[in-house]
Amino acid sequence: MTLTEARPVKAEPPVHKPSTRKRLVPYWLLVPGILWLLVFFALPLVYQASTSLQTGSLEAGFKVTWHFRTYLDAFGEYWPQFVRSLLYAGTATILCLLLGYPLAYLIAFKAGRWRNLVLVLVIAPFFTSFLIRTLAWKTILADGGPVVDVLNTLHILDLTDFLGWTEGSRLLATPLAVVCGLTYNFLPFMILPLYTSLERIDGKLHEAAGDLYASPATTFRKVTFPLSMPGVVSGTLLTFIPAAGDYVNAELLGSTDTKMVGSVIQSQFLRVLDYPTAAALSFILMAIVLVMVTVYMRKSGTEDLV
Amino acid sequence: MTQLSKRPVTWLRRNLVVIAGLLTLAYMILPNVVVMVFSFNKPNGRFNYAWQQFSLDAWKDPCGVADLCGSLALSLQLGFWAMLGATVLGTMVAFALVRYRFRARGAINSLIFLPMAMPEVVMAASLLTLFLNMGAPLGFWTVLIAHIMFCLSFVVTAVKARVMSMDPRLEEAARDLYAGPLQTFLRVTLPIAAPGIAAGALLAFSLSFDDFIITNFNAGSTVTFPMFVWGSAQRGTPVQINVIGTAMFVIAVLVVLGGQLLASRRKNSAAPE
Amino acid sequence: MTQKTEGGDVRLAGISKTYGAFTAVHPLDLTVPQGSFFALLGASGCGKTTTLRMIAGLEDPSTGTVSLGSTDVTHLPPYKRPVNTVFQSYALFPHLDISENVAFGLRRRGIKSVQKQVDEMLELVQLGQFAHRKPHQLSGGQQQRVAVARALINHPQVLLLDEPLGALDLKLRRQMQLELKRIQTEVGITFVHVTHDQEEAMTMADQVAVMNGGRVEQLGAPADLYENPRTTFVANFLGTSNLIQAEIAATASDVTTVTCGDVKLKLPAGRCRAQTSPGDRILIGVRPEKVSIAHADDDATVPDSRNRLTGRIVASSFIGVSTQFIVDSPSCADFEVYVQNVERDARLTPGTEVVLHWNPEHTFGLDADQAIDAGVQSVEDAS
Repeated sequence: MTLTEARPVKAEPPVHKPSTRKRLVPYWLLVPGILWLLVFFALPLVYQASTSLQTGSLEAGFKVTWHFRTYLDAFGEYWPQFVRSLLYAGTATILCLLLGYPLAYLIAFKAGRWRNLVLVLVIAPFFTSFLIRTLAWKTILADGGPVVDVLNTLHILDLTDFLGWTEGSRLLATPLAVVCGLTYNFLPFMILPLYTSLERIDGKLHEAAGDLYASPATTFRKVTFPLSMPGVVSGTLLTFIPAAGDYVNAELLGSTDTKMVGSVIQSQFLRVLDYPTAAALSFILMAIVLVMVTVYMRKSGTEDLV
Repeated sequence: MTQLSKRPVTWLRRNLVVIAGLLTLAYMILPNVVVMVFSFNKPNGRFNYAWQQFSLDAWKDPCGVADLCGSLALSLQLGFWAMLGATVLGTMVAFALVRYRFRARGAINSLIFLPMAMPEVVMAASLLTLFLNMGAPLGFWTVLIAHIMFCLSFVVTAVKARVMSMDPRLEEAARDLYAGPLQTFLRVTLPIAAPGIAAGALLAFSLSFDDFIITNFNAGSTVTFPMFVWGSAQRGTPVQINVIGTAMFVIAVLVVLGGQLLASRRKNSAAPE
Repeated sequence: MTQKTEGGDVRLAGISKTYGAFTAVHPLDLTVPQGSFFALLGASGCGKTTTLRMIAGLEDPSTGTVSLGSTDVTHLPPYKRPVNTVFQSYALFPHLDISENVAFGLRRRGIKSVQKQVDEMLELVQLGQFAHRKPHQLSGGQQQRVAVARALINHPQVLLLDEPLGALDLKLRRQMQLELKRIQTEVGITFVHVTHDQEEAMTMADQVAVMNGGRVEQLGAPADLYENPRTTFVANFLGTSNLIQAEIAATASDVTTVTCGDVKLKLPAGRCRAQTSPGDRILIGVRPEKVSIAHADDDATVPDSRNRLTGRIVASSFIGVSTQFIVDSPSCADFEVYVQNVERDARLTPGTEVVLHWNPEHTFGLDADQAIDAGVQSVEDAS
């Protein structure tokens, strides 16, 4: 404070500073939650990074030896599982979008007084454990079941056999069954964000587009779909990320030929007890997913996941 | 004549979205129907995958399988504590993020975002590495820690959305009307943020209750309900699993519908006379 | 919570507010006499709301003190000040019904039996039958009255109103202006009213402070501000002024003569806010309704004692009680004239040459060193 500046008040009034106690409030609110994430989310990643660079055996113990070859060996041995994971997860994500969009649209614009009931029906299956529901697919897709019978009669399974999606005119233990299970399990994660962003769209925009010579199809292409982009982005991410790491569907509905990378990590960690390889695999998966997510979010110009 | 033959086609085109949407809905509900139907099955052998004959045996004795109800009780307990922990911590973080400007905001936002952008198996494996390195005994506590960790981000997101849409003038009005900081929080902030907090809590409970991958890595010999189901998929699936699954589904639907009925009744009674 | 003190003027001494490098309110001294209806008037961003919030305690002043009567309340939090606020868009608690909204302040002060007071207050604002509705079930005007009731029930020493009528449509706004004025006279509490609507400020307030760029430009009774603006901002922001750039030709004890091109105009020396030595530049102004308009053919009928300009009508619009003309004159490009529709001269159509004339007494003079169009409302800042 200098007195050289001319001020309209004669005496320099006292300057008030906000109290330190007030300034610390946000930190007190943040500390417990952030500490929890740092210790149980970030720190484990550090531990895992170090584990992936260790060599040794269970009996002799593991030591950090900066053994980067583990990464090459792990990827060299298990790259088919990585490719399969991304392929299955990608296919399931696209299927979720194709199947989920009409339902989200239906709830947002067409359901009227049934809206809440349909929403409940979308969410309620959550309360039956997803494992039980995935097991139900075993019954639905079973050999000799009605689904397989119908598809066989229509010779559709011959076609999918030819494409390599199924094998031996059956559904269970095939890639198709795994993708079908993944799609089923992650559909709600696609529908809910889609519905949220569709619901925000003012119905008058449809009328305005119609008034300005847009056909219903053009209205959808030029108005509705672009405005629902935030939902599309967060829906696809919330589907793709967990699907890429999932091994439940591959284990329950697939065969050894449909194993995804999650299965490998799980068995290396919990059965083979080869921790460095498991950690390296897990890191590669994380890197692939993070890179894909970042690129995708940049391209679609969004900042928030949900 | 042409008018008439064209009609079903136009009808189909008009209602294409509705038909596609309902087909998806059917796809989503079908497994629940199967689970329900097969809860009345009397299977031949250990696995409950093929229909044999109608029976009420499992419904009469839902806990008739060893460890089933124990694992269910454990999962409910875990769900409750994970919900409580994640909701309290997450709500605090959400308020700090919306209401205050401070350094490291960007880093903190990323830390909240990353667990949601991470395949579960990666978090599961790295957390196990930590516990093994620290020599922590695997069991209820390690699972609870893991559940609070991955539920936290979802609670923050749900509460943040609600708090952001809240008019800050409401709290100013409370302070102006003689409510101190605590009173303002209890009488105005909390009731208005409640729907967001409740949504976050519900999400946390269902995520925790239904989690398998992270739990499977960090549970040691403790068996939660999803782990029991997983194990039974290898050893033999008792009908009781379907009974529990159906009961949870029906209870959830009834609770939601009951809540809506109550809300609409309250709205009607408050309507203009 | 503070016990009521009698003689409670609101006194602001050197208060200012800065956010980083931005100064929202420059050090400001202001006294609001007890029982008065005081308006802070200005465009958005002029610091009027910040000033109000500092009185309420919702904003900590960077410098200076706020006193109520003889008590310094600068460091009291809002919930300990005997001051209540009617917020912009009302801030009614959505989860409480009307009666609980109104009772909120009483309950927080630990008063148990509030029902009677709440009922009386709702009667005062004529909302008795709505006690058990939720805020969103009420119309804008009703919500506004709830907000007033919720504040007044606490018998504050000062009631602060932050653009309380901004969200209402024109007709309702007029009605509520009268209503608020009635309530203020009835309860006799000091009202400090923030608004960007000059008509609202002038109809309701005893005293108006016109704010601009974080400073008070002028303070006074509405009629005084209107008749004797001291700056171009006040001249343009309160109503409309025709401002003409001129040069002082001669000064006498009571009359100053100025020239603008080859036109000579006179104004009372007492209404000159600027340097008054011959040769100085000056801005002179006159309100549109003080000016008469005559067809050029009737030039001879205009008395010599009046100030006169010539020009051509550019546009005219008929507004019922009056007709507004825009006249292009060599001295002033868009000279506005409002003429009461008593006897309309049918010859006054666009393109017509006219003579403008007015009583020199109605002319005021301003310092030439300021923007001539300060405070002019343009399309962009009309809210």
